[in-house]
Amino acid sequence: MITNEMSRRRLLGLGVGLGAAATLTLAGCGGGSSTGGSTAAGNGGKDYTGPKVDLKLWNGFTGGDGDIFKKLVEQFNTEHQNIAVSVVTYEWQDYYSKLPGAVSSGNGPDIAVMHMDQLATFAARGVITELDDVAKTLELSEGDFAPTVWKGGLYHDKRYGIPLDMHPLGFYYNKGVMQKAGLDPNKPPATKDEYTAALAELKKSGVQGFWVSPFQFTGGMTFYSLLHQWGGTLFDGEVAKATFNSDPAVEACTWLVDMIKQGYSPANVGQDADYLAFKSGKNAFNFNGIWQINDLKKTPTVQWGVAPLPQIGSQPAAWANSHNFTIVKQRSADNNKVAGAKVFINWLSQHSLDWAKGGQVPARKAVRESAEFKGLTEVNALAPELEYAAFPPATPGLGEVMTTFYNAFNEAALGKKSPKQALDDGVAKANKQLEDNRKKYGS
Amino acid sequence: MADVIEVGAARGDAPPPAGGRLRRRGATERGHRATPYLFLAPYLVLFGVFGLAPILFGVWISLHQWDLQLPNRPFIGLGNYRDLFSSDSAIYGDWWSSVRATAIFTVLSVPLLVVVPLGLALLLNRSFPGRTFFRAAFFAPYVLGVAVIGLLWRFLLDANLGLVNRLLGAVGLPSDTPWVTDVPWAWVSLVGVTVWWTCGFNAVIYLAGLQDIPAELYEAARVDGANGWDRFRHVTLPGLRPVLLFVLTTTILASANVFGQAFLITQGAPGEQTRTVVWRIVDEGLRDYDAGRAAAMSVLFALMLAVVSIVNFRLFRYRED
Repeated sequence: MITNEMSRRRLLGLGVGLGAAATLTLAGCGGGSSTGGSTAAGNGGKDYTGPKVDLKLWNGFTGGDGDIFKKLVEQFNTEHQNIAVSVVTYEWQDYYSKLPGAVSSGNGPDIAVMHMDQLATFAARGVITELDDVAKTLELSEGDFAPTVWKGGLYHDKRYGIPLDMHPLGFYYNKGVMQKAGLDPNKPPATKDEYTAALAELKKSGVQGFWVSPFQFTGGMTFYSLLHQWGGTLFDGEVAKATFNSDPAVEACTWLVDMIKQGYSPANVGQDADYLAFKSGKNAFNFNGIWQINDLKKTPTVQWGVAPLPQIGSQPAAWANSHNFTIVKQRSADNNKVAGAKVFINWLSQHSLDWAKGGQVPARKAVRESAEFKGLTEVNALAPELEYAAFPPATPGLGEVMTTFYNAFNEAALGKKSPKQALDDGVAKANKQLEDNRKKYGS
Repeated sequence: MADVIEVGAARGDAPPPAGGRLRRRGATERGHRATPYLFLAPYLVLFGVFGLAPILFGVWISLHQWDLQLPNRPFIGLGNYRDLFSSDSAIYGDWWSSVRATAIFTVLSVPLLVVVPLGLALLLNRSFPGRTFFRAAFFAPYVLGVAVIGLLWRFLLDANLGLVNRLLGAVGLPSDTPWVTDVPWAWVSLVGVTVWWTCGFNAVIYLAGLQDIPAELYEAARVDGANGWDRFRHVTLPGLRPVLLFVLTTTILASANVFGQAFLITQGAPGEQTRTVVWRIVDEGLRDYDAGRAAAMSVLFALMLAVVSIVNFRLFRYRED
């Protein structure tokens, strides 16, 4: 009994090594030669008249957005008697590691929701299928979207993702805390001078106004935004070399780290501590994702507002990403399923205003400009950011390189290295990783 | 193995009829040779399918550039291993920093996880009112999953918002210790949480071992005038030797496989200094989809642990001699 108990309990410790190896092995058996020769199935999602199909859809909408998504799917199912979509939700982190294994063992979904910066990786690895005909039927063109989002769905000139929404980083301010410090809660700072002046006022009232998190959520994404505000980029145009140790990048990083030195932020901010402190009135400002709007709405005790990020550098910029629909290649292609999936994507894209209520900005310009969307005050407040949003580049295998970027910022923010040193080291490593990726994906 | 020989010896003792002895013995030996394997067969099949085959397949994978989805999986011989040892590969620094992290954690946590539960078991083995309650209380954290204890302690240990620093401040100690974002504090946290979490398990094993030691031995020792320390050294410890070996071996392996605590509590910070080997393997294989390199890491890591375990067994056998 004791041994039994042990093997169960040590799963995460003892078991993971073997478990990981076994997972790799099992998934490896599936083989990578899944040929989905079904790109031209159906009529691009206009309608579907074949026999009834059951479609599996995977997403990572674990927050309030998940419920809204499920309601949309239910509505779709009642309107389409011969298509039944069922939804499975995973944490995004697990999602991307589960998907490849599930696909190669034939247990994957038919439709997968994916972040824009993952599309190239999954397209290069043959997990998802081309969708040019859907874009055509939907009469989508670059003009309907922010150009980066539109181009982000392309890999080797073929379309793999239909953008559903865009989710930028926004500027959240705690009105109650601002008021106590004698600041106008309806006039959030919008420039560098206003921002530092507000922080100085807050400091006088004993509040460290702007907690700089050393982790990707949210400090890393804040740095990502500021780096672009200072005019820098993460990579060169071809994504062949990392450039996040350029002068603008070092200046942006230094400005952020100096928040700690100047006492506007405590040192050693933990994961989520910045946002928890914001909600409990311990700080005033937080650069956080648009997805927090729904969470804050559930917390009536907090008086808060949201605005585009203040312009700290020489130009406005904000981190952003986008959810896309993709169709997963199956080991044995079923044209009816692919046709049905395209109908679903088409339908949901047209209903993306309802999706905006989930707290995301619709990808389609027409929906963004509708009066109804403008009625969604908070989400709409961040829509202007999309003109200058900095989306991650669409290059296969970028996940580990981005981890290197965020870790470099982590070392700088925790004072383990100077900004320059941390970013130089990060770039040296990122360049090696990019080179490995080029060899692997042959681009 | 010992059992098998005994059985054979017992059969050999059957009175041999004169003359036919040699031939008969040959026949029975042939029977002996197959019998143990037949008895082992059910296990061997399972071990072969779920143990040996994946291990061999893993070694095979480690010799390739292996992506689950990419059609080409070129054979690269020892290339993945060479990357782990050559300082100009992208993975070299990461790999050895995670080996270092795992080594630090193991060296710090194993002595505590061997000694603290032993003390606990000795205390819980005495009879006192409320003994069952305390036995349950010390075992209780072990029932929780790593996700639960990880999140719990991450918030308790948060440098700015956590309860731990607030309590320290209340009694006049420094209240700004970065428990989860800087070393060496992060190691103190990870080891401390792990000891709190898992010491109940080792304590239960010790407790079972303690109850197996015959009471007469203690009585005899007492008659011979042995004091409490003498009885511990000369009765308890020798009586626990097999249990100690078991606890030590499994604890070293479990500590070396640490993943969840670091993943949730320190998230590798600062930088990658608390990112452990198993975490690295998972990332490499499942996030970066490089199964070849992940397999090479697994094989190398398994070899390291095998060496440690062999040394461990040797040390204990040496003492027995």
